[in-house]
Amino acid sequence: MIVAAIASVTSRKMLRSVIYLLFVLIGVAGIYFLIDYNFLAAVQLTVYAGGIIVLVIFSVLLVHHIEMELEMAKLSKKIITAIACLVGLGVFLATIYSTNFNVVENSKTTTVEDIGRGLLSYDAGGFILPFEVISVLLLAAMIGAIIIGKGDKLTKNDDTL
Amino acid sequence: MIAGISIYEIFTLTSILFFIGIYGFITRKNLISILISLELILNASAVNFVVINKYLYPDVLQGVFFSIFIIAVAAAETALAVAIIINLYRQISSVEVKDTEIMKY
Repeated sequence: MIVAAIASVTSRKMLRSVIYLLFVLIGVAGIYFLIDYNFLAAVQLTVYAGGIIVLVIFSVLLVHHIEMELEMAKLSKKIITAIACLVGLGVFLATIYSTNFNVVENSKTTTVEDIGRGLLSYDAGGFILPFEVISVLLLAAMIGAIIIGKGDKLTKNDDTL
Repeated sequence: MIAGISIYEIFTLTSILFFIGIYGFITRKNLISILISLELILNASAVNFVVINKYLYPDVLQGVFFSIFIIAVAAAETALAVAIIINLYRQISSVEVKDTEIMKY
C-alpha cells in the first residue's frame, strides 16, 4: 500500500498515478474489512474506487493526452519538501509511540442496522442533523458542479432571457 | 480489532500515508495530481478515525459516522474540483498550477 502511495505521487504519467491511487484506496478498504466494519469497506469501495476514480480518470482523459509526461518540481524543492515531511513524520511517530493507549480487547461485529440506527436517531448522540446537512451539501455540490461545468452557455442563456 | 496487529502499527501506516499525501500536495504541479494527493490525506484521516473507534472505544460508533461524513464530503469536493478543472481547461487550455493566475475571467 505504501509503495503504491509513493508511486502515485511520484509517477510521471498521469493515468498511472490514478491507478496507483486506486490500489491505495482498495488497501484502505481492506483495512476496514480487517477491523470488521464491512459496511464502511463497501462504502469505500463503491464511492472511492467506483465513483471518484472514474471521475478523475474522465477528467484526465478529457484534459490530457495519455502519454503526456508531467512537469516535475525542481530537485531542490523536492528534497526540501521530503525533509520537511520526514521531520513531521518523526514528530508524529514520536508522539504516537510515547502515548499509552489503553486498547480494549474486543471482537465486536458492527451490523448495518447499528449504523443506520445511530445515523437516524433523534436522542443524544444521534447523528440525524449532520446526516441531513450532508445530504443538502451533496445536492448543493451537484448543482454547483453542473453550473460550473456548463459555464459559458448558461450565462449566455441568462443574458438572452 | 485485528488480532496480532497493534494500534501503533496502524498509526504508523496512516502517518506515512498522510505525509506522502502532503509531499505530493506540495511537489506536484498539476491540479489533478493535487486532487489525488488530497484523496490520500483524507483517506489517512478517515482510517485513523475508524481505528481509534475500534481499538479504544468499541462500544460506540462515532468514528464510523465521521468516516462516512468524510467520504461524502470528499466525493462532493472531488465532483466540484473536477468541474472547476474542466472549466478552467476550456478557458486557458492548461491545468498546470503556474498557468492558473486568474480566478475570474
